[in-house]
Amino acid sequence: MTMKNGSGWLLPSLAGAMMIGALYLVFLWVPTERSMGIVQRIFYFHMPPFLVAVVAILVGMGAAIRYLMTKDLRFDEVAVACIEVGLVFDTMNLLTGPFWARPVWGIWWTWDARLTSAFVLWLMFVGYLILRQAIDEPHMRAAASAVVTVFQAVGAVIVYMANRLWRTQHPQPVIAGGEGSGLASPMWVALLGSLAAMLVVFACLVQVRRRLERLRRETEGLRREVHAL
Amino acid sequence: MEYLRAALAIARKDLRIERRSKEVTNAAFSFALVVLLLFSFTFDPSGEETRAMSGGLLWLVYSFAGVLVLNRSFARETANDSLDALVASPAPGGAIFLGKALANTVFLLGLELATLPVFGVFYNVRWDLNLGWLLLVFVLGTWGFTVIGTVFSAVTVNVRLREVMLPVLVFPITVPALMAAVQLTTTVFTGQPLAPEMVWIRVLVAFDLIFTLLAAALVEFVLVG
Amino acid sequence: MISVQGVWKFFGDFAAVRDLDLEIPRGATLALLGRNGAGKTTLLRMLAALSSPSRGTITMGAQSLRQAANRRRIGMIGHGIAIYDDLTAQENLEFFASLYGVPEAGRQIAQWLETTGLARVRRSLAREFSRGMRQRLAIARAFLHQPEILLLDEPFTALDDRATALLSELIEKAREQNASIVISTHQLREAMALATEVAILERGRLTFRGPCTDQVRSAPEQFYRRHTEPAA
Repeated sequence: MTMKNGSGWLLPSLAGAMMIGALYLVFLWVPTERSMGIVQRIFYFHMPPFLVAVVAILVGMGAAIRYLMTKDLRFDEVAVACIEVGLVFDTMNLLTGPFWARPVWGIWWTWDARLTSAFVLWLMFVGYLILRQAIDEPHMRAAASAVVTVFQAVGAVIVYMANRLWRTQHPQPVIAGGEGSGLASPMWVALLGSLAAMLVVFACLVQVRRRLERLRRETEGLRREVHAL
Repeated sequence: MEYLRAALAIARKDLRIERRSKEVTNAAFSFALVVLLLFSFTFDPSGEETRAMSGGLLWLVYSFAGVLVLNRSFARETANDSLDALVASPAPGGAIFLGKALANTVFLLGLELATLPVFGVFYNVRWDLNLGWLLLVFVLGTWGFTVIGTVFSAVTVNVRLREVMLPVLVFPITVPALMAAVQLTTTVFTGQPLAPEMVWIRVLVAFDLIFTLLAAALVEFVLVG
Repeated sequence: MISVQGVWKFFGDFAAVRDLDLEIPRGATLALLGRNGAGKTTLLRMLAALSSPSRGTITMGAQSLRQAANRRRIGMIGHGIAIYDDLTAQENLEFFASLYGVPEAGRQIAQWLETTGLARVRRSLAREFSRGMRQRLAIARAFLHQPEILLLDEPFTALDDRATALLSELIEKAREQNASIVISTHQLREAMALATEVAILERGRLTFRGPCTDQVRSAPEQFYRRHTEPAA
């Protein structure tokens, strides 16, 4: 299985171009928010990663189900790639939150529905990766990971809904505005532009990670063959 | 049905073994007491605030001790390779899961009911005010927690470091069930009306149904190599 | 009876079983020979429905082996004892009898406890048994539901003489009842004594499949050497 170095340039180029476009939109194009100032621009890098992480776990669940149905390890490659890259994006969400919240609202963190759910999702990603590290045999690893992902994806949805319910009874300060707080239309453009760019970067990174996983598996397999001789 | 008969036979077997060896319930109960002790250092146990936190405290104790029990669920089958005999038998994977989940729920409920009076004494909490509802919450909440813990016990049965891994995998997913159980339990302990909290009962029922079905359907994939 | 068709089993990219085609007819006693790592245990586990083939099918009566109805007809003695230390001999057998839907379980269990010489200790915990007694209980567990197919993974390796005699006798009886038996083993002589057919696995492939003739029985080591690669 040779690596086709040449053919993989389209997606990364697109990702690069879109990120540049997004940076332009966020830093140069969209007007500064009236009350929060320049710091508010973090919002465009805080919110989209969370959505990308949600996409990650949902796509991961799809790949997991396909693996369980077909036992084709290529789906396992997709799944682990999604979760790992999703972890990166979720981490971005969790790290940018405090940098925004502290100057604007005076607190580092709040247990509102969104941040709590983001943290739970982060723990799920980490748990998944720790589990994978502890299983050597690829099919056992893939089956265990797939079952865990399905539970985690369904769980994440329920966690988010339950958290919203909880916060209606135990209100906490909400950063990033509550549900339905208004965004002026240029801000929507910047937000969606950032989100689109990040989704393409996500796809790009997933492809890279997939290839890495396949190479790793092939190496393990060769090593096993050699030992068996 | 065959399915239920197999599940009940497996549940009965686990219950009988535990009754004889008491290997895990003793350890779990001791651990629950230890946690109760540790919590007493973290805040003033006699204040009114305690009652507002009582549900949360109690379910934290139950969760920590409960994980010990759930970890053993499939681990106990590895001793003599009896898991092979179970999986090779006509019992469907889902029935094996269901039987073990039933046994685990009995263990955990026993643990909870034993710990409850101790908790009441240590933290001056009246727990007998609305016993019917409290028991309902215990059953629904424990079943949800057990389902996740049991199926993940199966997932991690042959995995290194499973004792550490199980809590990390189980707790994030059980957050909604724990949340609901905590809210309902605190409501009962503080004598508040239950009517506005009924939504949490629905949360528990939905959680239990969804994950029980999911577990019964998926466990076969990790039991058959 | 059991039909193995085009079966491969991968552990990652390593093929433990390669393109295996094997028929195990009713009433045959098949000696499965091969070195460690040749794939014997992997094959037996697939025959026991403990793992599924990566490619190919294993069917019994045109149905997948994982069907409950098929699993009921299979009995296995693997590397592990597969009994519960904290249950009595009787309780162990009662448990497995209920899983397999054994009719007239009480009577059957009593009979098996007699046959395996465990009747006196039926109410003792398996934990207290000697190793030989545990082996005999495992044998009782495997035969209890009168399986039509017996899978024995190196059964004589760890048995004491009493258990060995018992097992040989039970295999004879099962053969009389037209059961199919697969014995994986290193011990050529014992296997040949019991076998009607022979199969040899070499690195996951079937290198020989045929009847166990008197010629083979009289010189098993030469026969084995002829069909396997020389030891490195």
